[in-house]
Amino acid sequence: MKKLSYWGENIRLIAILLAVWFVISFGCGVLLVDVLNRFTLGGFKLGFWFAQQGSMYGFLVLIFVYVVLMGRIDKKHRVSED
Amino acid sequence: MSLQTLTYIVVGLSFALYIGIAFWSKARSTGDFYVAGKHVHPVANGMATAADWMSAASFISLAGLIAYLGYDSSVYLMGWTGGYVLLALLLAPYLRRFGKFTVPEFIGERYYSDAARVVAVICLIVISFTYVAGQMRGVGIVFSRFLNVDISVGLAVGMGVVFLYAVLGGMKGITYTQVAQYCVLIFAYTVPAVFISLQVTGVAVPQVAFGSDVVNGGESLLTTLDRIVTDLGFAAFTGGAKDTVDVFFITLALMIGTAGLPHVLVRFFTVPKVRHARVSAGYALLFIAILYTTAPAVGALARLNLTTTIQTGPVFEETGNLRYEERPGWFRTWEDTGLLRFEDKNGDGRIQYYNDANPEFAERAEANGWRGNELTVDRDIIVLANPEIAGLPNWVIALVAAGGIAAALSTAAGLLLVISAAVSHDLIKSVFARNISERAELRAGRISAGVAVLLAGYLGFNPPGFVAEVVALAFGLAAASLFPAILLGILSLRVNKQGAIAGMLSGLVFTMGYIIWFKGVFVEPFAANVPGNWLFGISPEGIGALGAGINLAVTLIVSALTPAPPAPVQALVRRIRVPSGSGS
Repeated sequence: MKKLSYWGENIRLIAILLAVWFVISFGCGVLLVDVLNRFTLGGFKLGFWFAQQGSMYGFLVLIFVYVVLMGRIDKKHRVSED
Repeated sequence: MSLQTLTYIVVGLSFALYIGIAFWSKARSTGDFYVAGKHVHPVANGMATAADWMSAASFISLAGLIAYLGYDSSVYLMGWTGGYVLLALLLAPYLRRFGKFTVPEFIGERYYSDAARVVAVICLIVISFTYVAGQMRGVGIVFSRFLNVDISVGLAVGMGVVFLYAVLGGMKGITYTQVAQYCVLIFAYTVPAVFISLQVTGVAVPQVAFGSDVVNGGESLLTTLDRIVTDLGFAAFTGGAKDTVDVFFITLALMIGTAGLPHVLVRFFTVPKVRHARVSAGYALLFIAILYTTAPAVGALARLNLTTTIQTGPVFEETGNLRYEERPGWFRTWEDTGLLRFEDKNGDGRIQYYNDANPEFAERAEANGWRGNELTVDRDIIVLANPEIAGLPNWVIALVAAGGIAAALSTAAGLLLVISAAVSHDLIKSVFARNISERAELRAGRISAGVAVLLAGYLGFNPPGFVAEVVALAFGLAAASLFPAILLGILSLRVNKQGAIAGMLSGLVFTMGYIIWFKGVFVEPFAANVPGNWLFGISPEGIGALGAGINLAVTLIVSALTPAPPAPVQALVRRIRVPSGSGS
C-alpha cells in the first residue's frame, strides 16, 4: 500500500471519525431508533438514549480522539507547531 | 429577604462582574478587537464558545421543547452539538492556520474575489441579526418576570451592559466576559436540575436520574412519564410524531448550520495555535454538553412535576384534578405574566389539562364531563418556573434569572461583534476605504458595534412577528451558504471563484425561497406548511441540509467547467492544510 502523505492521513482519519459520527447520531438515534428501542439500557430505551444522551457523549469522544491522533500525525510528519 | 431584592442583588453582582472585566480587558489594537490578540487559552476559548453558542434559546427554551416534544426534540440535542465534530475536524484548524480576522475575509481570499466576500458579508449579517432579535426578546422576558420592570427598561439596561463591554473591549472584552457568563449560566442551570433530580429520583446527577426509578412507585422516570402523559391523551414522551426523513434532515441542517455560524467560527481565530483550535472545539462541546445532556432530564422532570401537580389523582375521577382555588403560588405569578392561562370550560372549579386534539381521547373526556383542555402553558416558562414548581429556595430562583440574562447577553455580544467586524473590516477596510489607518479602523469597528447594539435594541423593543420563523432561516442560510464554501475551499484545490459564487447563491436562493414559500416571513406564505406539500417530506426547518447539498453540487460542476484557481490561491490552500512550515 502506498504510504500516505500528511494530508492523506488526515483525510483518512477524518473519514473514519465521521463514519462513527454518522452511525451514533443518524444511525442509532434516527434511522434505527425503533429497532434499538426494543432494548433497554438502565431505565432508558436504547434508541432514545442514543438520541438524547449517547450521541452527545460520542461526539465529545470523537473530537478528543481526533486531537490526540492528529497531534501524533503532526509530529510524525514534522509539521507540529512546537 | 424578598425574592425580588435577592434577584436584584444577584443580577446586579453579575453585571458588575461583566463591566469590571470589560475595563480590565480593553482592546488596544484591531487584533485585540477582532480576535482578542490570538492569545486566548483553549479552555477559556472553549468556555467562551459555549457561552457564545448557548443563547437564551438553549437556556430558556430547550428544556421546554424537550418537555413537550419528547423524542422529537432530539433534533435539537443532536443538531446543536453534532456540528462541533464538523467544526473540529473540517473547519476550525484550517481557519486558524489561515490566520486572519474574519470569515468573509477567508472566503474573499480563497476565492480571490471581492464579490464572494460581499456575498459572505450579506449572509453573515442576515444570520446574525436574526439571532440578536431573539436574544433581546429573551432579556426582556427575564427582566419583566423576575425584576418586575417594564420590558423596555430591561432591554435598555441589557443593551447598556453589552454596549460597554463589546464596544470597549471588542473580542478581547467579550471573550473574558463570556467565560464569566458561562460560569454563571451553567451553575444556574445545573443547581436546580440537581435539586429536582434528587427530589424525584433520589439520584443527584441529572443525566443518571433521567434513566432512574422514581422515588415512590418503583418504575423508571421515563416509563412513569410515558404512562402519565398517554393517560391524558398525549403522545408518549419517548416516542415521536415527526417523520423519520424530516428528523434526519432537520438534525443535519442544524449540525451543518452550527458549523457555518460566523460568530462560532470566528472564535477559533482567537487561539494561539492550530492544535489549540482543534482542542478548544472539544472543550467547547464539553462545556455545551454539560447543559445539553442535563436539559432532557430537566424537561422530563418538569413535565412530570407539572402534570402531576394538575392531575393529582386518577384520570376521570372527580377529585383527580387540582381545584383552581388551591393552585400553588408559582401558578399565580405565571398567570400574571400571561404565559400560563386557565379557562374553566366545564365550570367545575377544577383544572383539566389534557390533549383535546386527540379525537379518541377527547371523546372519552367528553363522556366524563370534560369540555376541552383548560390550561395553556407557554413552553418558555419551563426552565424559569421549574425551581418554583419544585419549591426550591429563593436564591436558586434568583440564580436562574441571572443565568438566563447571562445566556442572552453573551450570545448577543458575540453576534454584535461579528457584525461590526464584517462592516469595519470586510466592507470599510477592504472594499470602500482600503487605506484607512489601524486606529481609524478600530474606531470604525467600535462605531459599527455601537450601531449594531442600537439596531438590536430596536428589534428587541419591536420584535418582528416572525422571530421564530427566521430562526429556521438563519440556520438554513448558514448551512446552505457559508458552510459548503468554506469546506470546499479547504478540501479542494480545484474549486474556483465562479463555482463558489454560483454555489453560495444557488444554496441561498433555494433555501430562502423554500422557507418563504411555506412560512412567508416577509410575505404571505404561498402554500400551507404541512407535510403533504413538502419536497421529499422535508420541513422548512430541515431544508438547509438539502440547500447545502445543492450548493456543493453546483460549486463542483461550475468549477469543473471553468479554469482552475491561480497558483498563489492553490498555494494558500496547501499552506493552511498543515499546521506549520510552507506546506507540501
